[in-house]
Amino acid sequence: MTDIVASTPPAQDRAARRMRRPRWMGHAGLIIGLAILLTCLLMALFAPLVAPHDPYAQDLLSRFAPPVWHEGGSWNHVLGADHLGRDYLSRLLYGAQISLIIGIGTAIVSGIIGTTIGIAAGYFGGKVDSIAMFFITARLAMPVILIALAVVALFGSSLTVVMLTLGLLLWDRFALVTRASTIQLRSQEFVTAAQIQGASTLQIVRHEILPNLLNNLLIVATLEMAQAIVLEAALSFLGLGVPAPLPSWGLMISEGKASILFEPWLITIPGIALFLLVLGTNLLGDGLRDITTPQGRN
Amino acid sequence: MLNYALRRIFMACLLALFVSFLTYALIFTAGDPAAAIAGSASTAADAENIRQIYGFDDPLIVQYLRWVGNVLQGDLGNSLYFRQPVSEIILSRFAVTAQVGIFALIFAMLIAVPLGVAAGRWPNSLIDRGALFIAVVGQAVPSFWFALLLIIVFSITFPILPSSGLGTWRHYVLPVLVLGYFSMPAIMRLTRSGMISALETDYIRTARAMGLSERRVLFDYALRNAALPLISLSSAQFGFMLAGSVVVESVFAIPGAGRLAWESIGRADLPTVQALVLCFSLFYVLLTLLADMLNAALDPRMRMK
Amino acid sequence: MLLNVQNLNVMIPTQGGPLHAVQDVSFSVSKGETLCIVGESGCGKSVTALSLLGLLPKSAKRSASRMTFDGQDMITMSDKQIRALRGNRLSMIFQEPMTALNPLHTLGRQLTDVYMAHRRGNREAARQRAVYLLERVGIAKAAERLGQYPHELSGGLRQRVVIAMALMCEPELIVADEPTTALDVTIQAELLRLLAELQKSMGLGMIMITHDLGLVSRIADRVVVMYAGQVIENALAKELFENPKHPYTRALLGSVPDPSHPRMQPLPSIPGTVPSLVQKMEGCHFRDRCAFASEECRVPIPLVGVGAEHVARCIKTGAQAPNARSTAP
Repeated sequence: MTDIVASTPPAQDRAARRMRRPRWMGHAGLIIGLAILLTCLLMALFAPLVAPHDPYAQDLLSRFAPPVWHEGGSWNHVLGADHLGRDYLSRLLYGAQISLIIGIGTAIVSGIIGTTIGIAAGYFGGKVDSIAMFFITARLAMPVILIALAVVALFGSSLTVVMLTLGLLLWDRFALVTRASTIQLRSQEFVTAAQIQGASTLQIVRHEILPNLLNNLLIVATLEMAQAIVLEAALSFLGLGVPAPLPSWGLMISEGKASILFEPWLITIPGIALFLLVLGTNLLGDGLRDITTPQGRN
Repeated sequence: MLNYALRRIFMACLLALFVSFLTYALIFTAGDPAAAIAGSASTAADAENIRQIYGFDDPLIVQYLRWVGNVLQGDLGNSLYFRQPVSEIILSRFAVTAQVGIFALIFAMLIAVPLGVAAGRWPNSLIDRGALFIAVVGQAVPSFWFALLLIIVFSITFPILPSSGLGTWRHYVLPVLVLGYFSMPAIMRLTRSGMISALETDYIRTARAMGLSERRVLFDYALRNAALPLISLSSAQFGFMLAGSVVVESVFAIPGAGRLAWESIGRADLPTVQALVLCFSLFYVLLTLLADMLNAALDPRMRMK
Repeated sequence: MLLNVQNLNVMIPTQGGPLHAVQDVSFSVSKGETLCIVGESGCGKSVTALSLLGLLPKSAKRSASRMTFDGQDMITMSDKQIRALRGNRLSMIFQEPMTALNPLHTLGRQLTDVYMAHRRGNREAARQRAVYLLERVGIAKAAERLGQYPHELSGGLRQRVVIAMALMCEPELIVADEPTTALDVTIQAELLRLLAELQKSMGLGMIMITHDLGLVSRIADRVVVMYAGQVIENALAKELFENPKHPYTRALLGSVPDPSHPRMQPLPSIPGTVPSLVQKMEGCHFRDRCAFASEECRVPIPLVGVGAEHVARCIKTGAQAPNARSTAP
């Protein structure tokens, strides 16, 4: 028996550590995500101050100037310059503005639509719920990229059109999540109490339901933001997102495609920026979910 | 069961009708089909003429019903660009897209399901965290950029795979890789969580208490239960994948429906765009219907109802 | 001796710290004998049962100074060896019949899977065995039932199927963890009669985990009383009912109106709460609820012999109740 007892403490320790680990990981993801997102936000806000060049200024002498770590690169164009000689770092910094505007704007538009539908469905149930679910299923059946491409092509490409289109297309997750939470909340005592006291539906929604949805809304918002950022980049890449010469990262990748043979960094650099921003936003969302739900990521 | 199937099919039809109306309204009210048909060199009078011939000044609902009537007879209108019936053009294009999509789905499941099973069997293990890491990173990589990276590595730096077109099996490798990786994280995560909750159930404990082999417990008892929701998810993923083929097909120059859609949008070929959007939507509706039917057939509890 | 367990300990890590669910538990079962383990929920009796079959959650740590099944050492057994025992020579019946069966497989499939896991026989032999056992546990039209799914059966019938499943390979020992608690009272009685009858006619050893003293008085050969992770009394059934020594046992029996015809009912309420097992507790675990407790109860109390094959973990076994609560006969 003694040898078994002797082996117990480290095993205990390991087991206890194993239990704590997912939470800790959640926090690490959260911190990394937040850090990336904040960096992007600062980049976007202070782009006019930080950017070494005008992002639209063309300089024929600097065409295809390589980044500083390449042979022939210089500190004048740290990340090089594109086919028109525009400074890549400056365009990257200003590009963060576009991604963030699209991401946040889309999350707000789709959040308002989705939350309204979701709360109505969850709160009233019955026919309203059936109709809402029908709308949600219909929305899922519509090919997002294709419709967004078509709409942008028809209405003309601009930041607002892209943002509104994506907002009108990406509300399904908001609706599903708020619907599920509202169904749970509806039967809670404090909602019943408010109903008995004669509060109007609008009051109940505003004072009892919405505040309790905030956590979930925030989580979905980050995930939708990430999706919107990727979609905007994809649309711009296909030539039907935000119009040139705006420094959208998707557009930069698209313009770099022609130089894929000799200047692949024109593709990799904005791609890495895009990847990091999306990764950071997703990590933030996952982290928020981990720390707000007891069972974590299971 | 029959009752359920009929109700489900009815809902699917209703859904198809609704979605087609939405897209019809969206595209035909936003664009000016008459101007598009007349072409850029036409006058306003020409466009007016065409408007009357095609009935574009009728109310939207009349136009829509006329269109639905035609669609039901297999007439999707004529392509403004190819000057021939859309139905003749898109069939072969859809075959290409579906082919690539099926390969991609199989590829995604071959990787994601075993990974999800392992991650669910040993939660918080090295393999679980590795799988989660891949999923988190994978979800953040935009597919068009991933496609370009693959081209840079496998077609330019190490020229072993072709970067465009479809001919040999080598042409399929990169598109299938890009399209497949896109749905891997979702499939992996659902398999993982399905396995975890299945392995916590009483019937798994019973199976273990009866001395069944770990292989039987894992793959026959647990995975079968975890696989039910996987059917719905993979069919939805397949639908998203097809809709996402626009991006992949344009990067790899694959002559599929997605690329056709992109080109048609650029050419303002509205009947073709309209038909493609309809087909993609219908395909999704059909897929989810099939998944529900399959689910009902595989789950004895549903079969009874 | 079929099963011999000495100083079994189980520790389960939790967010709050290690939970010592089972502490130095010892007991043994012989062929054809019925041992009842009695205690309130959370006293560690189910964890004890699961640890016998090696079915504890992966994070749990089990240790024992001795654990043998038919002379084989279970502590050093490999996973493969213990799996060869489970469902074969050592079987288990669980509490919740509604969820104990796989919803996606037919009953026949699940019954024959057990047989095929341990016998080199074919499906047909397994099928015949399944039909025989289903009839044996009182299920009519057994051959037809094999094609049915669990959700088509009531809870009582499902539990009969689980019992049949546990018997597929003619085990020598069955562990039954509150097999009737989740069922209707009338069905409970029927199933218990069935279990007792099967145990007698097949000469099974049985460990019955329960909180139902009425049940214990009718089927037990030997009783182990557990409280807060520890065995507090262990005696032959007759001796325990006639001569309970531990104040906790006496309190339990005291609230059964007539021990010779006890009604089936959950354990009576005794004032106070069961101590948390997250911190290891020195001294008697029952002392906070015990009418006889004193300062001497704060040191570790060993199990001591208080009669023939009768041990109790108490230093006050001779004391009389200060009030009328002790009504033990």
